[in-house]
Amino acid sequence: MAGTGRAPAGKLTGPKLRVNWIACDGRGLCAELLPELVGRDEWGYPIIADAPVPPHLSEYAQRAVTICPKLALRLVPPG
Amino acid sequence: MNALYDTTVNGTLTPPGAELPRLLRAPAAGPGGLDVHVDAYGPLPSGRDVIALVDAAGLTGRGGAGFPTARKLATVAAAGRRTVVVGNGGEGEPAAGKDLLLLHTVPHLVLDGLSLAAEAVRASDTYLYVERGSPALPGLEAAVRERRRAGMDRRRVEIVHAPPRFLAGEESALVNRVSGGAALPRATPPRVFERGVRGRPTLVQNVETLAQIALIARYGPAWFRALGTAAEPGTMLFSVSGAVAAPRVIEAEIGVSLPALLGAAGGQIARLQAVLYGGYHGGWLPAADALAIPLANTALRPRGVSLGAGVVVALPADACGLAETARVARYLADESAKQCGPCLNGLPRIADALAVLARPHPDRRTRAWIERWSSLVAGRGACHHPDGTVRFVRSALRVFAHEADLHEGGRCSATTRRAVLPVPAPGVPAPRDWR
Repeated sequence: MAGTGRAPAGKLTGPKLRVNWIACDGRGLCAELLPELVGRDEWGYPIIADAPVPPHLSEYAQRAVTICPKLALRLVPPG
Repeated sequence: MNALYDTTVNGTLTPPGAELPRLLRAPAAGPGGLDVHVDAYGPLPSGRDVIALVDAAGLTGRGGAGFPTARKLATVAAAGRRTVVVGNGGEGEPAAGKDLLLLHTVPHLVLDGLSLAAEAVRASDTYLYVERGSPALPGLEAAVRERRRAGMDRRRVEIVHAPPRFLAGEESALVNRVSGGAALPRATPPRVFERGVRGRPTLVQNVETLAQIALIARYGPAWFRALGTAAEPGTMLFSVSGAVAAPRVIEAEIGVSLPALLGAAGGQIARLQAVLYGGYHGGWLPAADALAIPLANTALRPRGVSLGAGVVVALPADACGLAETARVARYLADESAKQCGPCLNGLPRIADALAVLARPHPDRRTRAWIERWSSLVAGRGACHHPDGTVRFVRSALRVFAHEADLHEGGRCSATTRRAVLPVPAPGVPAPRDWR
């Protein structure tokens, strides 16, 4: 998985987090693990900025993907 | 080779000229319809490079998205493995009627297009997706039988029934249904052209697109481009309703003016306040703008609307645009597949708030709430139902902003509450199992 390298600040091209909205049931583990990138709407579903994961958070992003009990979160390559 | 095939590869049929209608020129339903059809349009051509012809014609999909048809054909053709073609007649849009009309009056033109598309992508299976209980079904079944007896189609066409729901024709829902399941949208990727019906690369084309392919294969790209605009060639079926004397489906060239289109539907019967384009995932335009802008996406898109599948509803000045929008928003909330949290939770709240806004003295924060919930559902679903619904609702807040001001002051400019935009009768239960 890309994103573990050091990208120059301000020009991020790493992978993005993507939610499978059918699988997601808003348990919120991703938001607890990664509050820097994942907020929650008033119903508990994740709000994720459509932006690459910064390198210093990529490890946490990967853990959020792994920990999701519904397997509803993925890291997708840029582009 | 059967006599019904045109066996001359380079032979051209005499084009019927540039006059309208093209698609609806020769109604050929019922017993013996195949002979009527072949007499009127000429035999089904064979051995032509349909993808190249469609590319040169510049045909775009007539189901709503307007994607270049040749690119879709080429993508599935390149996928190689036993591909599938589905003709999409799952017209769930209450204000639309053109797919039903085509299937009902010129079934063989649609089936010609299906056959040509299947040939072009070397499909091993072809399906036609039509709403259960559709009045077009008996004629279609007879037409399929008649063609089989005549040795016309190389592949058997299987008709699959769509449930009468707004989202039944959504591409991934269609694929689930044709695969034997419920007509529910699924998460993408994979896209249906990668993995569709039973995991195979699948071409889904609206039935009007297929009928246009049948004409292009016969008469060629130059004939097709004789009508329409350079950027958007050809004709299109428009489902025209609202404040017109004779609501009906009209075939017109893309780029036609709204006054001409309304004239073809019997003419305006009231002063207009706004026009809805593209159906319930489309948007409103103020009447003054709409009357001055040609019906072409190049002209409409900068105004935030598009032709979609050709739905045009003229809203009379005596109706309340907010009440109309609220009623449709409720319908759209009910028609959510309820699979994705933001859509399941957000659309009912938007519909509730619009119902408040449609009445006198709404809470002055109502519009801000609608905007907040709209931003929470847009882009956050497996399919485009939340996005389309938000597009429709936001256009109403723009176009009927003055009306909302009046409502806040306890007034309404409407003098009637007679419904203009159709929604299915509440007494008709939508199938819960989506089959």
